[in-house]
Amino acid sequence: MRIILKNIFRFYYEGFRSMTVGRRLWLIIILKLIVMFLILKIFFFPDFLRTKFKTDRDRSNYVIEQLTK
Amino acid sequence: MEHIDFSLVDWSRAQFALTAMYHWLFVPLTLGLSFIIAFMETLYYRTGNPEWKRITKFWMTLFGINFAIGVATGIILEFEFGTNWSNYSWFVGDIFGAPLAIEGIMAFFLESTFIAVMFFGWNKVSKKFHLTSTWLVAIGSNLSALWILVANAWMQFPTGMKFNPDTARNEMVNFWDVLFSPVAINKFLHTVLSAYVLASIFVIGVSAWYLLKNREQLFAKKSIKVAAIFGLAASFLTMVSGDGSARNMAKYQPMKFAAMENLYNGQQNAPLAVMGFLQKNKYETDPKKQDFVFKIEIPNMLSYMAFLNPNAYVPGVFDLVKGNKEHHILSYKERTENGKIAITSLAAYKNARKSGNDSLAKASLTRFEENYPNFGYGYYANRDINELIPSVPTTFYSFRIMVFLGLHFMALFLVILILTNKDKIERKRFILYTALWTIPLAYIASELGWVVAEVGRQPWVIQDILPTIAAVSQIKPASVQITFWLFFILFTGLLIAEIKIMISQIKKGPAPESPEI
Repeated sequence: MRIILKNIFRFYYEGFRSMTVGRRLWLIIILKLIVMFLILKIFFFPDFLRTKFKTDRDRSNYVIEQLTK
Repeated sequence: MEHIDFSLVDWSRAQFALTAMYHWLFVPLTLGLSFIIAFMETLYYRTGNPEWKRITKFWMTLFGINFAIGVATGIILEFEFGTNWSNYSWFVGDIFGAPLAIEGIMAFFLESTFIAVMFFGWNKVSKKFHLTSTWLVAIGSNLSALWILVANAWMQFPTGMKFNPDTARNEMVNFWDVLFSPVAINKFLHTVLSAYVLASIFVIGVSAWYLLKNREQLFAKKSIKVAAIFGLAASFLTMVSGDGSARNMAKYQPMKFAAMENLYNGQQNAPLAVMGFLQKNKYETDPKKQDFVFKIEIPNMLSYMAFLNPNAYVPGVFDLVKGNKEHHILSYKERTENGKIAITSLAAYKNARKSGNDSLAKASLTRFEENYPNFGYGYYANRDINELIPSVPTTFYSFRIMVFLGLHFMALFLVILILTNKDKIERKRFILYTALWTIPLAYIASELGWVVAEVGRQPWVIQDILPTIAAVSQIKPASVQITFWLFFILFTGLLIAEIKIMISQIKKGPAPESPEI
């Protein structure tokens, strides 16, 4: 089992080390994920119903109220 | 719903359209190129010719760039569901939950696991295992698209669900009805097949650039051959699946179909306007009426296209709005009245439940369920009925440009395949330039397909059940405007990065040894 895990680790380690254009791509991916999850999601895209109501019952009551008013 | 902030609705719609369209710039190339690479690697596996390995690795690099830049851009759409479209999100939660969860698991296990083998595994795993991984990446990414498209198809043709008035959610009662609805099958096939067309054009266009520059002749010609065969087959099947989509549209979304054809007055033996120009009608009281300034028609073709019968009656916009007793079409006025009954019955049911009046609750629920198919029309009871007509010129022109471009792609594949077989392609510079400049056209056609599908179904988020005005969250329009521009900057940045990295990689070319990505 340890040998398998070691081989998997080496596979990824060598793969990442031998990357050329991939390094730039990983940088873009990481930056993109930071912008999306740590900035946009937290500061600009809170879940409207989750932040406003504590229970599913309250959420469904609110939605029905919205749909029937 | 009397006090609707239209700037909120419009900005939320614009924001969703912007993010969806930018997201779609990355997706089709991933879907199609993954299969082209799998075919190329299969040729390497079967022939042992190292040139095929070189070819595979080069296109794999471009696939990797597109995949890396595009990955997770779709998650933003899910953010928007929760923030901007919370009513909708809650309303469909149980239907979307299953397909999106399956999509997430599939994307993670199939793509994320095997994509590493695909890029890092050359000379480290067996040829057979590597090839299997490449195929699994292609199949996995296409299956991921299946679940998203099933969810979208459900919005166009809601089926296999029951609305729970206690939770305000649509609950899935038959997973197979959702998965195998005629709209879902056609939408999936048409979308992924058109993605294969786009990817084939991309491969041919880039290869044509090499031939124009007198570089990598063998590489370019081999790539062109694989892509032209794949693209020709895919474009033919795209046309067949598109025909199926049109029939579905005529059956389940007749207003979209009528708008797409600029058909105001329904008719038997309806002709198809192959080409035409529209202008606003000056005399009609209906502000949305468009007239043909010029058109080329095929007699009976629209009736045949819609119902496989040249004599069939195709309802027009006015038939749907004003009703047509002869053809058993309810007017929108009647539908809005039914919808209003559904809305008030739902409210009455909720109040009766709260006050413990079971008999009233039961009666209200029955009335609600009888009228639920027209629920969404109820929001237009006190509004201008013309709001239920989508933009006719946008759907009309988008559809025709998409079809003409589709025919251009098919002809291009055929000509290129013939020239490649005769080994004359490198001498036909006009064709090579055409192939190169067809790359942006493929993206335009692909986006226009979505414009037809999504603009044509306005104002519905869920066909006949939930319009945009009821689906939107009550948030400040200013916050939507801010995020609209933030997304615009973010996605434009990503697109510029993609194009720059792609171009630099293409300029480098596959020789002498394609780098490990």
